[in-house]
Amino acid sequence: MSEQLRGAEIFVRALIDEGVEFLFGYPGGAVLHIYDELYKQDTIKHILVRHEQGATHAADGYARATGKPGVVLVTSGPGATNAVTGIATAYMDSIPLVVFTGQVPTHLIGNDAFQEVDSIGITRPCVKHNFLVERVEDLAATIKKAFYVATSGRPGPVVIDVPKDVTANVCAYEYPKTVEIRSYKPNTKGHPGQIKKAAQLIMAAERPMIYTGGGVILDNASSELTQFARLLGFPVTNTLMGLGAYPGSDPQFIGMLGMHGTYESNMAMHQCDVLIAIGARFDDRVTGDLAKFCPTARIIHIDIDPASISKNVRVEVPIVGSVTNVLSELNRLLQEAGVTPVDRESNPWWRQIREWQKLDCLRYDKGSKLIKPQAVIEALHRVTGGDAYVTSDVGQHQMWAAQFYKFDQPRRWINSGGLGTMGFGLPSAMGVQLAFPDKQVACVTGEASFVMCVQELSTCLQYDLPIKVVSLNNRYMGMVRQWQEFFYDRRYSHSYMDALPDFVKLAEAFGHVGMRIEDPADVEGALKEAFSHKKRLVLMDFITDQSENVYPMIAAGKGHHEMHLAPSSTTERELA
Amino acid sequence: MRHTISILLENTAGSLSRVAGLFSARAYNIESLSVAPTEDPTVSRLTLVTRGSPEMIEQIVKQLNKLVDVIRLIDLNEGQSIERELMLVKVRAIGAEQRAELARLSDIYGGRIVDVTESSYIIELTGDGEKLDAFIETISAKRVLEVVRSGALGILRGTKALRA
Repeated sequence: MSEQLRGAEIFVRALIDEGVEFLFGYPGGAVLHIYDELYKQDTIKHILVRHEQGATHAADGYARATGKPGVVLVTSGPGATNAVTGIATAYMDSIPLVVFTGQVPTHLIGNDAFQEVDSIGITRPCVKHNFLVERVEDLAATIKKAFYVATSGRPGPVVIDVPKDVTANVCAYEYPKTVEIRSYKPNTKGHPGQIKKAAQLIMAAERPMIYTGGGVILDNASSELTQFARLLGFPVTNTLMGLGAYPGSDPQFIGMLGMHGTYESNMAMHQCDVLIAIGARFDDRVTGDLAKFCPTARIIHIDIDPASISKNVRVEVPIVGSVTNVLSELNRLLQEAGVTPVDRESNPWWRQIREWQKLDCLRYDKGSKLIKPQAVIEALHRVTGGDAYVTSDVGQHQMWAAQFYKFDQPRRWINSGGLGTMGFGLPSAMGVQLAFPDKQVACVTGEASFVMCVQELSTCLQYDLPIKVVSLNNRYMGMVRQWQEFFYDRRYSHSYMDALPDFVKLAEAFGHVGMRIEDPADVEGALKEAFSHKKRLVLMDFITDQSENVYPMIAAGKGHHEMHLAPSSTTERELA
Repeated sequence: MRHTISILLENTAGSLSRVAGLFSARAYNIESLSVAPTEDPTVSRLTLVTRGSPEMIEQIVKQLNKLVDVIRLIDLNEGQSIERELMLVKVRAIGAEQRAELARLSDIYGGRIVDVTESSYIIELTGDGEKLDAFIETISAKRVLEVVRSGALGILRGTKALRA
């Protein structure tokens, strides 16, 4: 006979059976039975955050860096609503999370009980799926299903709402070995006929472009992608979510695309004749004006999610399947056909791309007396040997990190791409550092984003997380200021960060090391010193040039060929 | 274009709200929706009528399929199908002449009088939406006290069946 356990014990046992390492959470009334069980064990390490948003972002960072699902436990009511921003962040970027929300006892549901909120209703539009557990007998099977749904197909967050009485009631425990959901059968194998069609189109391309997104990273398909690109010798661009899937320092990589993508990537998108989209979803920040998007391209699109195909852009060869499977099959076909990589020296398409590259679109003033934010990221790359995990918040600093830290490996660049959640950087870095205690973890942030989840500095101290916070402090919400400069006639409405704290003292008040850097000559030394503190969190407050903007930029409603370039550039005048 | 989509859905708490929520979140329109459990009580069947461009209908079908609770669905426009709607109309029926005329009209439309008082009838009628509209027009809207309609139900012709 199987063991009789209380719901709270079942919860803990099921997580152990699921192989959960870390549980990011915050206690409260509805989950006290569970917390009591957590107290009695030490297999699962509970990480006590300082705000439930931090719990979801930390679990999210852990998931992005490791590929394993992040697990969160929060209480009912405000615990659940505070977690929503993090759940929505994970949803937009297809990150596997399993989030447990406490709930008032079943007999009180709907009664406006203390700390009651309709968690299922509130989270429904921003989860892959959610479950309300009404009977303790359903708890173990629901947990099994939740992990399966979160991690299979196109991954995403799953919420399980657990009423308090369910955690007190007793039933037999057995963790299911397999899971079968009749209404959920993700298709992973691409259609062979479509793959063949794609191979033919690829081999006939004259001006090809490989455009890859976060799906390649989620499916751990970097080696298949690299093989694919090298077999062909085609240019590769990555989306913001896809950076690191193809080595950033490789000569075939021509930079990120989209709103702040490189000139060469965006021009190549505009002029290519065959576009191979892999695990990317044609997001508006990538495509610009859809009417002007890739006007001459025949498009192949590989994605696990059928709903992502032909959603924004009609494609000629859709292939529904896992990126790994489809690329392996494509690579096999290409090898059988005996393709050889194009010669970058003589190939006219590559010659054209080199012409575009000569513009040096990411150029910035290296002789400035003020600290240039781009220079800080370049120095960070040198000091960390290009080998750090880099999380970021949202805004200009995020774009500079994406442009200037050349990610050579997947799962190293961790940012909120879809939802664009300020406050993501620090807590997500906690999840990464917990997963990889001996690795260098940098959180690139700005003074505005950073304070949105600044309370997590306490969590970092409690768990000895030696994160290096690189704050590019320009005393503005930089991206808002940039838009106001360009599109609102320099009316800087409420984007100035007045009354900022002394960040050095702030770091020290939380028990960490704080540094302020104001001279460009000190940037690299400061970073070296910070990373020499192996056991300490160091907050580096870089006082940067306030007027710096992110270039290139495609304004809303413009096409890839209509970039706004840095003012010193000749091409901007040509384009204007 | 108008499309009728038949959906088999897990009959669990909140599953209907996932379908309805999808439509509101993505700004799709629901013209009518009717739901009831099937012969298998764990499965509900929905008939959903919507309108949109072919691209929008393709997205609606894909997004519905993506919902974990959706077991199977079919766009009835892709084949030959039968669509019916049930209507109950409460009408003012006073005086022998008027009552006889209403009974006659109901007969012509294949309806049935299911409730009778001294001054009113309730007429039950099934058919496609156009037929029901036509009936209301025929009996004259002035006489109508109340109308309740079920929304469309649809099923494919022939032996092909939508089953869980």
